[in-house]
Amino acid sequence: MSDPGETPLKRTPLYDLHVRANAKMVPFAGYEMPVQYSAGVLKEHLQTRVAAGLFDVSHMGQLYLHGAGAAAALEALVPGDIQGLKAGRTRYTQFTNAAGGILDDLMVTRYEDRLYVVVNAACKAADMDLLREGLPADISIEPLEERALIALQGPLAAVVFGRLAPSVAEMPFMSSAQVMIEDVTCIVGRCGYTGEDGFEISIPESSAETIGAKLLDEAEVEPIGLGARDSLRLEAGLCLYGHDIDETTTPIEADLAWSIGKRRRTDGGFPGDSIVQKQIQEGAPRKRIGIRPDGRAPARGGTRILDATGAEIGAVTSGGFGPTVGGPVSMGYVSREFSTVGTEVALNVRNKAMAARVAAMPFTPQRYYRG
Amino acid sequence: MSEMLFTEDHEWVRVENGVATVGITSYAQEQLGDIVFIDLPEAGAELAQGDDAAVVESVKAASDIYAPVSGEIGEVNDALDADPSIVNQDAEAEGWLFTLTLSDTGELDNLMDADAYKAFVAKL
Repeated sequence: MSDPGETPLKRTPLYDLHVRANAKMVPFAGYEMPVQYSAGVLKEHLQTRVAAGLFDVSHMGQLYLHGAGAAAALEALVPGDIQGLKAGRTRYTQFTNAAGGILDDLMVTRYEDRLYVVVNAACKAADMDLLREGLPADISIEPLEERALIALQGPLAAVVFGRLAPSVAEMPFMSSAQVMIEDVTCIVGRCGYTGEDGFEISIPESSAETIGAKLLDEAEVEPIGLGARDSLRLEAGLCLYGHDIDETTTPIEADLAWSIGKRRRTDGGFPGDSIVQKQIQEGAPRKRIGIRPDGRAPARGGTRILDATGAEIGAVTSGGFGPTVGGPVSMGYVSREFSTVGTEVALNVRNKAMAARVAAMPFTPQRYYRG
Repeated sequence: MSEMLFTEDHEWVRVENGVATVGITSYAQEQLGDIVFIDLPEAGAELAQGDDAAVVESVKAASDIYAPVSGEIGEVNDALDADPSIVNQDAEAEGWLFTLTLSDTGELDNLMDADAYKAFVAKL
């Protein structure tokens, strides 16, 4: 399939498990990853919404930042309030550039003596360079390349996972703990990328297949591929880096202002702070919005968004069929004056103007466990 | 029933009394995955062989369907508006897409018969 000249694709510690589960493997961010299993994208999506799904996200980058001043030091690279994070808590933030554009989005968890960071697979090499250059010498960076990452998502995730690790059931959303599972220490976070309750479980690679297989043996759990991961996160209104956010979009344009704490808004101190602060005060020229087409045709990434006169006002960045919504859903950017929920717009799909409306996100209710 | 013919783009054609019924093959629907929307042509549209005729959208991607032969669109399968998954369930019968009144029966000679298509798919 791949050209002989290309870098060989990497395999995650769960590769054999995917093959045994009849996964269709595809190249993704340098890895051979399961795009779907025999059930198919639609059934896998719905399985995650009604029961539980197991996702291999081992391709993502995991690392520790050690050093007493790690939280303060990381704030020089991200707009999130990391110093205000309590031990055992997780926060979503972004690496920004001097223009306020987003270099990557990431999850940061604070422990007493370190930060645990998870970044996107396609960005991890660039993120490592950014951290090496941007952090002072007394902060050490420890890549966790020998760990797998499994996401268990869905309304039954806590029941199922609780059988292996009873302590996880009461963990609130966006908390994290070191948990012994099958005699190894796992980093368990109550978070995910589906809009459902669930966990992300970082496992030493030698135990990943055993724990993954044990979870899959539970009657409520099915393996879920990247295809359904994408439709689940789209319905949940969550951004995909490289599509919905990138170096040309600021966190304010991307409607991620909620991820910037009060102190950081006032004090700045991150790349592009003046631009981001100005957009917080005056509003950004464009904004990320949800879109519901009136008809049945999905409007995918790249579709132009038009106003009533046919003038271009923005573009779709992600879109497709939402299996839980039962119809097409998209997200994209429009000029600020068109960003109010309910605004009638048109989508240029195959050179036909299709009626659509700006819609609230998430498209499906979030069901996080708040304790 | 007349013989089914096939294109390299995974469409099937069945001709009866100068009218071709067109759909996508079982192989194609399997490759596309769950089909969620089909953009069908307008009745009366004149298409040349190879023109864009329809678009089949699955959960994964949008795929163009080309006119396997030249002609005028007769009927379109309206049942697919309400339930496009009929194509997943029965691509080569109930899941037909549209009919064409043939303008050049000679074009049928360029198409594959069932055995040739089977051999073609086996090599993919």
